[in-house]
This record gives sequence, structure tokens and C-alpha cells, in this order.
Amino acid sequence: MSILVPVTSVIIALLIAAVVILLIGKNPLNAYWVMLKGAFGGKAAWAANISKMMPLVLTGLAVGFGFRAGIFNIGAEGQLMMGAIFATFVGINLGNISPIIAIPITMLAGILGGAFWASIAGYLKATTGAHEVITTIMLNWIAVYLTNYFVVGPLAVGQGVPKSPEIAQSAQLPPLMTVQANTLPSGIIVSIVAAILVYILLDRTTTGYEIKAVGYNPYAAEAGAISLKKNIVLTMAISGALAGLAGAMEVMAIHHRIFGDFSGGKGFDGISIALIGQNNPIGIIFAAFLISSLRTGSNAMQFAKVPDDIVTIIQGIIIFLVAADRIVRTLLVKMAISKGGETK
Amino acid sequence: MNVFQAVIYSLSTPIFYKLMLLSATPLIFAALGGVFSEVTGVTNIALEGIMKISAFSAVVFTFYTGNPWLGLIGALISGLVFAWLHAYVSIRWSADQIVSATALILIASGLSAFLMEPIFGQSGQSDFVAKIPKLKMDFLKDVPFFGQIFDELSIFVYLAFIAVALSWFLIYKTPLGLRMRAVGENPKSADTLGVNVFRIRYFGVLMSGILAALGGAYLSIGELGQFQENMPSGKGFIALAAMILGNWNPVGAMWAAILFGAADALNIQLQSILDIPSEMKALLNLLPFVITIIVVSGFVGKTRPPAADGIPYEKE
Repeated sequence: MSILVPVTSVIIALLIAAVVILLIGKNPLNAYWVMLKGAFGGKAAWAANISKMMPLVLTGLAVGFGFRAGIFNIGAEGQLMMGAIFATFVGINLGNISPIIAIPITMLAGILGGAFWASIAGYLKATTGAHEVITTIMLNWIAVYLTNYFVVGPLAVGQGVPKSPEIAQSAQLPPLMTVQANTLPSGIIVSIVAAILVYILLDRTTTGYEIKAVGYNPYAAEAGAISLKKNIVLTMAISGALAGLAGAMEVMAIHHRIFGDFSGGKGFDGISIALIGQNNPIGIIFAAFLISSLRTGSNAMQFAKVPDDIVTIIQGIIIFLVAADRIVRTLLVKMAISKGGETK
Repeated sequence: MNVFQAVIYSLSTPIFYKLMLLSATPLIFAALGGVFSEVTGVTNIALEGIMKISAFSAVVFTFYTGNPWLGLIGALISGLVFAWLHAYVSIRWSADQIVSATALILIASGLSAFLMEPIFGQSGQSDFVAKIPKLKMDFLKDVPFFGQIFDELSIFVYLAFIAVALSWFLIYKTPLGLRMRAVGENPKSADTLGVNVFRIRYFGVLMSGILAALGGAYLSIGELGQFQENMPSGKGFIALAAMILGNWNPVGAMWAAILFGAADALNIQLQSILDIPSEMKALLNLLPFVITIIVVSGFVGKTRPPAADGIPYEKE
């Protein structure tokens, strides 16, 4: 049943989106076919798909990790950008150091950038009770304006789109392979490893146990001598570290620099991914693949004259149905009864 | 001019107060919407999404009918539909209210962006459409200072303050308001006393849809005459902060909204006065957001949400 709910939600969302596509006078079957080919039709499509998936696994983990502790980190977007800024700052100043040192340092800078940014919200929640939904959203906006400031101000380089200089060659993550114009970034391995580490942290360590206890019932946890404040700040820091790593990966493996509008909503996608993956690190890998496929496919869909914003609608409907999972469960039970099958 | 002089100069100009009122207006509407919803015990962080979809609907309806008043009706309908969706899943199906609202924000963003090209032939921004006319007060023209603030203001500005008064009266001086507060504080005992908890909560959430829609309509057909894809740009969330700072009280929320409006006005003013590089000016855009964080974390200790806020009510 637990996998059935998200799967059914995805199917219903695709059906409703088909109606929306019909509404603007386009053929949804054709649109979805183009989408499917855009996401999976050939090696280049796969490479683009996995490139997109790389940061999404991390932002999904960031949000999902917060959820496990009962914290709604809506700020993965800003944390990703701060991670990217920190990684870029360090990366452009590394010169001729060996990649063995340069890559971990740059990665660490991104992790610290995201952790720092999220910790602000965590610290405020722990000390003053400021709701993390509001503070993280404000921090998102501040990160957007800071990024824009850096790429038109202190870091500005070249003509055209405001952008920073490239990071040192030694800090760039070499691709696993290159397919036509697309590369298969080795950062995807970093993402998968991060998911496994988060899984171990949550399921195999005392810290993970405390974090889950706080999320499950903060009052009982406190009665059990678990410090709420410490766990809120720690959860936020780890959550932000994951989003910051996503920013660092984008810089190190894909763009090699920051520019205006750097994130493009990958932090917000993290919310959808965490919910579809039901906050389970392994589920999040699959959910990230689903969203990256939708996004890669929707880019192609523009050739069928269907705006790619359809993906945002699909994501919204999926989350809405996951929120209202009881509707979906009731529906599934009714279907099972009408088929005369088991209802469990 | 240094920053201190510039701030003092700004505060002494009528244009600052005009800008403050204009910036505060959508915040007042949305914050009132938040108050209505949360007083009955349903959090509604979807205000941002409702503002966006209603700003969009207002322009679309005005575009097709040529009449901005019909545009306003379109905005209200879309606001009600989105608020109803939130109410239905969070009241009827005990959904997680933050998750449901997040979904509605995404759907509003996606839908408005998706329909831009089919309707206006371009993404990003719509055509210009007719605006709701402004209220002209010619007799004030010669009054110094006040004349320059109130000579020509959007009707929405006055409507926002009327809405504050009416909301305060409704929530604190009528039997319905008493029921709303009872449902938000202790739904179980309200239920025992024969109050229909579900119906009162629907009322609260639907009112939040109407009020946020007024805020959204003001942005598009009240002020600009156009829809832009990034339109509410965080105003729905700043309104939530105003609601918290105002202690879930319509009048308090109004003052908080005015404070944020002042921060916004100061930002606009300083950008035009200060003699600093343009990228530093862009950095001033941070001002309203930084102030929101400071305010939410500095004052929240003194405020308290309704006890049952955000908790679904289920009959046993």
C-alpha cells in the first residue's frame, strides 16, 4: 500500500495534466510520447536525465531528512545557492593544487555554505520559536538576491548573462563519460553515496534515532532526555549541508561557475521528491529519477508546443494527492472491493 | 548623501508614505486572509499561491471581457476554488496542511505560467489590460503633504482598511466570530456545544481565499495592469509573518503589514536617492526579507497562535 499511494498519485496527476493539455488544444498522447522520447530516447537523453537527477537526489534528501525530524525545510533552494556560492568562491581561488585536495575542499565549502544558511533558521527556531517555513523562505529570497549581487558585482566576469569566473580545473569533477553534447556527471555517484549515508545515519546511529524520535513526538523525546534544541539545529544543519552539496555538485560537475537564477527551482523540487519518496533515502533516489525524467522530457515537449510548466502542475497535483493520501487510499480500497480482491 | 541622511530624507517625503500604503495593501489583504483561516484552526501558507493565481485570473478575465470589474470577479472565483481545495483536503480528509498548501502554490505557479503562452502568445508577462480606476480626490490637491499622498490612490487601498475594520468586528464582536475562535482554540468543546466545526473551518479558509484574491487582484489589475510570472514574489509569505507579528489579530496584522510596507517603500526610495553602485542598490532588495526574519524571530515569543492551529479535527 505504501508504494501504491505515490504511484496512483502520479497516474492521476498525469491524467489531470492530460486534460489541461487538451484544454489548450494540444494532443496529450502526442505530448506524452514526445516527453517519453525526450527523457529516455537514446544515450544523450539519458545523460541529460541523469545530470538533472544528480542535484535532485540531494535536495530531496535535504527536505526528506528535515521531515523525519518534523522540520519543514522549505529553504533547500536558498541553501543550494549558498552552497554554490561558497564552492565557487573556494573553487576559483584554488590555482594549481592537485585535484585530490581541490575536489574535497570545494565540496566541503559547498556543504558548509548550505549548512550555515540552514543553521540560521534552525538556530532561530530553537531559540525564539520562529517558524522555519517563514524563515527559510525569507532566506531563500536573500540567497537569490545575494547570488545576483555576486554575479553582477564582486564576481562579475565577461559579457552577456551575469556570471562568475570558472572554478579552477583541479576543482572540477571529471565526467564519467561524454555523450554528444551531454556529459554523464560523476557527481551522480556522490548523490547516491549521500543517500546511502543518510540511510545509515537515520537507521543505524543514535543521532538518527534521536532525530526520528523528535520528529515522531517532540514531547516524548524531551521526556526521554533528548535535547530538542540541539536536534533542531543539528537537523537543519545536516539538511542544509545536503542542499549545499547539491549546489557544489552543480558548480563542480556541470556549470563550473555560478550565474543569476542559478537554482531554477531545484530546491523546491526537493519538496516534491521527499514527499513522493516518502522521506526514505532509497525512495528519494527513485522519486528524483521520476522528477528528472519529467523535467528532461518536458524540455522536449516544447517542440510539441506544450509549455514545460506542465511539469510544475503535475508535481503540484502529485503532492496534493500525497497530502490527501486518505482520498487515494479510499479510492484504492474501493477499486479493490469492486474487483472482489483483498482490501489490505 | 550618506545612508542615514537618505533614510531621514525619505521619511520626510509624502511619496514614501504613498509607496508604503501601496506596498502594504496586498500584505494587509493576505494577512487578513491568514487570520481568518488560522483563527478557525487551519494554517494556510498557500496565500502566495492564491495571490498568484488570482492576479493571473484577474488579468485573463479582464483581457477577454475588457472590464476590470469582471476581472476582479474572476480573481475571486479562482481564489475561492484554490481555498476550497485546501479546505476540502485539510478539513474533510485531515491532510497535512503545510503539504497541501505547498502543492497549491506549485499548481498556481505551474498553471499561470502554463497558460501564458496559449493566451498571450508569450511567457513571462501578459499584455497590458484595463485597470480598476483609482479614486481621485481633487479637493485634496492643494493640501500640502497629505494631498500628495491621497490625491490619487487605488480603491483597493481603502478597501483594505475597510476589510480590517470589518474583520475585527466580525471576529471579536459577533456570535460567528466567537464560534470561529472557539473552533480554533478547542474544536472538541466547541463541537460539544453544538458548533459545526467543519462548517466554521470552511468559512475561515474560504474567507482567506477571498481576501488573498483581493490582494492578488490588486497587484495585477489594481496597480500594474499586467500579470508577471514572478508576481507576488514572496508577499504571501511576508503576509504570514505580518499575521504572526500581529498576533493573529486583524488590527495587529494591519500594523505589521504597514511596517513591512514601510520597509519596502524605504528600499524603493533608497535605491533612487543613494549615490552608490547599482549592484549595491540591488542588494537593498534584501531589506524587507531581513526585516521579516528579525521581526518573526524577535517578537514571536510574545505572540501565540490559536491552540488548535494546524491540527485536523476528527470526530470520534
